[in-house]
Order: sequence, then C-alpha cells, then structure tokens
Amino acid sequence: MELLVASGIGVLTAAGVYLVMRRRTFPVVIGLSLLSYAVNLFLFATGRLAIDRPPIVGATANPVDPLPQALVLTAIVISFGMTALIVVLSLRGFLETGSDRVDISASDRDSSLGSPPPEGAS
Amino acid sequence: MSQWPILPTILPALTAALLVLVGRDDIRLQRVLSVAATLALVAVAVGLYVMARPGEPLAYRLGDWPAPFGIVVVADRLSTTMVLLASIVAFAVLLYAVNGWDARGRHFHALFQFQLLGINGAFLTGDLFNLFVFFEVMLIASYGLMLHGGGARRLKAGFQYVAVNLIGSVVFLFAVGLIYAVTGTLNLADLAVKVPQVAAGDQALLAAGAVLLLGVFVLKAALVPLHWWLPITYAAAPPPAAALFAVLTKVGAYAIVRVFTLVFSGENAPAVAVADSVLVPAALVTLAVGAVGTLASRNLLDLVSFAVVASMGTLLIPLGLFRSEALGGALYYLIHSTLIACALFLLVDLVAERRGRARDRLRPAPMRQRGLGAALFLVAAMGFVGLPPLSGFLGKLLILDATRDAALGATIWSVILATSLVLLAAFARAGSTLFWKHAQNEREPAQALRAAPVACFGGVVALIVGLSVFAGPVTAEMQAVAQQAGDRGLYVRAVLGSAVASRGE
Repeated sequence: MELLVASGIGVLTAAGVYLVMRRRTFPVVIGLSLLSYAVNLFLFATGRLAIDRPPIVGATANPVDPLPQALVLTAIVISFGMTALIVVLSLRGFLETGSDRVDISASDRDSSLGSPPPEGAS
Repeated sequence: MSQWPILPTILPALTAALLVLVGRDDIRLQRVLSVAATLALVAVAVGLYVMARPGEPLAYRLGDWPAPFGIVVVADRLSTTMVLLASIVAFAVLLYAVNGWDARGRHFHALFQFQLLGINGAFLTGDLFNLFVFFEVMLIASYGLMLHGGGARRLKAGFQYVAVNLIGSVVFLFAVGLIYAVTGTLNLADLAVKVPQVAAGDQALLAAGAVLLLGVFVLKAALVPLHWWLPITYAAAPPPAAALFAVLTKVGAYAIVRVFTLVFSGENAPAVAVADSVLVPAALVTLAVGAVGTLASRNLLDLVSFAVVASMGTLLIPLGLFRSEALGGALYYLIHSTLIACALFLLVDLVAERRGRARDRLRPAPMRQRGLGAALFLVAAMGFVGLPPLSGFLGKLLILDATRDAALGATIWSVILATSLVLLAAFARAGSTLFWKHAQNEREPAQALRAAPVACFGGVVALIVGLSVFAGPVTAEMQAVAQQAGDRGLYVRAVLGSAVASRGE
C-alpha cells in the first residue's frame, strides 16, 4: 500500500509540474489541481497508512492520528476556493484579450498604468 | 489571560464582514467604517507594542485549550513591531485610497480589511499551519486588491501571480506535512522543543521539510531566482494596492526570522546549514538583479517594483546571517524600506495623474505642478537610494556594520555600495526625464495635485524623517527586539509553561 500511495502522489506531482509549465491557461489550471490533489494525499499519508482504524478515540483500541485529516480538510477547502478563483481569472483574461496565453506580451508590458480610468466608475 | 493579542486579527475580520453586509452599496459608509477601523487598529497595535515591551511574550490560547493542542497567538516584541508597522502603512494607504482609488472597483475596503487580517494573523500566529492559513487569507485578499479596477494587463499579470502563489501554497503544505510526520506537532514553541530531539534517521526528512519551508518564505520575500512574480505583479497592480503590498514581502522575511531562529536553529541542524550557505549569496544576487532592473525600466512603476526587489535583497543579507546583532540593524532597515516603498508607490500614482496620457512612462511629457512633483520625487528617491541624512543611509550603514566580520564581508560591502550607485543613477535618470525634459506640442493635462493625497504621501515621508531623526532610540529598541527574538527559551516558556520548556532545554 505504501508503494501504491507513494507512486500515486509522485505521478500526480510530476503530471502537475509538467502541466503548470505549459503556455496556455487551461493546462496550468489542471496542473494546479493535480498538484493540490497530490499534496492532499500526501498530508493524509502523514498520519500513517492504516486500515480499519478510524480516527475516533474509543471506537478502536488503537485509533490513527485525526489531525492530518483536519489539515487535509482545510487544505481542500482552500485549494477549492483558489481553483474557482483562477478559473474565473483565466476566463476573464480570455474574454478581455481574446487569447488564453499565460505569458505577457511586450505590448501589454508597455501600457503600464494604462489610460486614466473614468472618475467615479464602479 | 489578556485578550489583546487576538484583537489585531478580530478587528479587521469583523470590519470586513460588516463592510460586505452593511456598506456594500454605499461608498461613503464604507470609507467611514474602514478608516475608523484602521485607526482603531493602529491604536490596538500601539497598545500591544507597549504591552509586549517589558519582555515576556504574551501568549493567547484560543478557547483556553492547553498550548500544543489548541490554537495559540503569540505577541512578542518582534511580532508586535511588525503589526504596528503594518497598521501604520495600512492607515496611510487607506487615507490615500479614499481620494478616489477605492471607487474604481467594488469591495476595495472589504478586501483591504481581509488583507490586514491575513497580515496581522501571519505576524501573530504561533502555529505553522495557521501561518499557512493566514498566508492564504492574505493572498486571496491581495488577488482581489491587485485586480481592483480591472483591465486586460492586470488580468494577465494576476493569473501569473495567483498561479505562482498556488504553487507556493502546495510546497508549503508539503513542508508542513513533512514536519508534522517527523515531529507530530505544528505549534512553533512545541517544535522548538521537539526538533532537537528528532531521531537521526528522521533528520533528512525534517531537513527536507525545513528547506521547502525556506523556499516558500523566500518566494514571498522575492529572492532570486523566485523574484519574477514581484515586478510583474506590482507593476500591474493599482499603485495604492502595491503600496500596501510593500508589507507582504516583509511577511516572508518575518517568517524566515521567526521559523529559523525559533525552530530550526542550533549548530547541528542540517536545515540551517542550507539556509546559511544559500541565503546570503542569493540575497546579493537579488540586490544586483533589482538594481539592474531599475536601470532597464521604461516606466516609473516598473522602476519602483525593481527597487523593491533590490531592497528585499539588502534586507535578506543581514537576515541570512542569523545573528541577533545583525537582526537589530536589519529590523531598522525593514521599517525604513517598508515605509519608503509605500511612499514611492503613492508617488508613482501622484506623478502619473499629473501627466495626462503619458502616465508614468519615462519619456518627456507635459506635467502640471512640475516643481512640486520633482521635490516630492527628490525626497523619496534620496530616502530609497540611501543618501544621507535620511534613514536609508542609516539602515545601510547598520547593515554594513553588522556584516563587517561575516564570511562574505568584502563581497557584501562591494555589492551593497556598487548597487547603491546603480540605484542612484537609475533614480537620477528617471527624475531628470520626468521633471526636466520638456515635451513639444503637447497640451498640458488639466488635473492639478489635490491636497489630501499629497498630505498622505507627506505623512509617510514625515515618518521616514522621524525614523532618521530618532535613529538612536529606534535602533536601541530594535536591538532589544532582536535580542528577545533570539531567546528561544523565553518564547517556549511563554507558550508552553516553564515545566515543558525546562524539559526541552
């Protein structure tokens, strides 16, 4: 089981790292999700891998550590929110610029603060 | 148990919720609430600073759960100094932003308060996992503030910023997992006791966790080669938001000091060996890269962003030595560099609004009230580059003095002095292009400087002048802060009680 979990985390991380380095937003978003799955599994495994030992004191003679599961829960909530944010961000970027490239072109960089925005716009 | 240490996180959290619920359609109400809450935060921060001053760190246990099991907030001299600095910068930025920037998008004030919640929480927490959570709160709010006002470039840069920080968060979680797997705790004080007792077989895992953690912190602190996000993000962010972000990089620097003096310190810790051998050379390269970046910048906002990279390099040189004598001078420079970065970002906005369509591009263009703009720029640039008599000079002097007998002493001196010259050239070139060269055939823009934003900028500059005038007492204070930060036993006793601390000694 250790080998299976470890190689699963490894494959997820490797695939995530590869996708994060792609040039378009969609693979990057998928890559970030894969990375967060990998880290969630990893955190879960830090409480030691055991079968039939629920993390409840009194339910079994030798319960596993419940803390990593609480950490994983927090990490899942945060990564879920972040993924939603970055999906919206890449969609808005695609709709406003017409391109889903991650890099910033030279003409984008020159514009600096851009033209002065209208006063009092909401 | 005093309730004060939790206030700097509770106050912005409640204010932000109130702003979203009550004031969502009324910008006036938002402004009043936000300014009042931030003023109250400054008062709380001053109170907390005074309370932590006598020496014993104040530990606040949420729900009164005993220390290694519950959540703990620790107000020692280092964290209260940082909270005070952050709240003062936030107040100045907020007063600047209510002159118009806050109305260019929705929820500026709520995001601003959430940002303060994250920053203060990260400074005060006594727990590695809560440090992660507060980092996330801080970053989520900074994504919102950075995108405030919208625009295609901001969205593109925002995507990169969010992606980089999400990768940073993943690495942070890997580090937390490794450290928890080895020690079975994430409470910083408990870690300080348990890390020296880790079995030899687990040392490698622990060191891997510590080095990953260092990687995350230097990512936040924009150390080369992890600095590329900073100029891109800051140059695309609204200048008032960037002025507040001047505190964000310092959170990374603070986390390095906190974790690597409290938890992973001592001679035989392998993690410290890595940090020791990597941090100072990387900081020197950061300083050089930042200085060269200022020369290559084509607009003022890019120039200031690279200047922030350079100042983080300067700051991390003494921090990388991990000695409390060096830390005192570094803290003085930290205060100075935060204030001056804030002032410079506000100045970029002041200048850009007076120059019509040229905005902040470094090319000749007509400008209203050229003389006043030039005077403001002169003061800020002098402060940043480190010309006497302002605090930038004193801060660099303290750092040079602290690194005199370090292993890389000669290199550190030459790099700091040479880059000061490069920065001076870059700022002088930018200033002469902006304020001296006249453009032909262009109409002068109509907008004149308003008094209130200039007054905010002036307030920050007055703080820098105060920092220079009272350099003696401030340096003495910072030495005492550094002294206490280096005393691990004191921190552990305050959190866990004296019985546990003596067992770990």
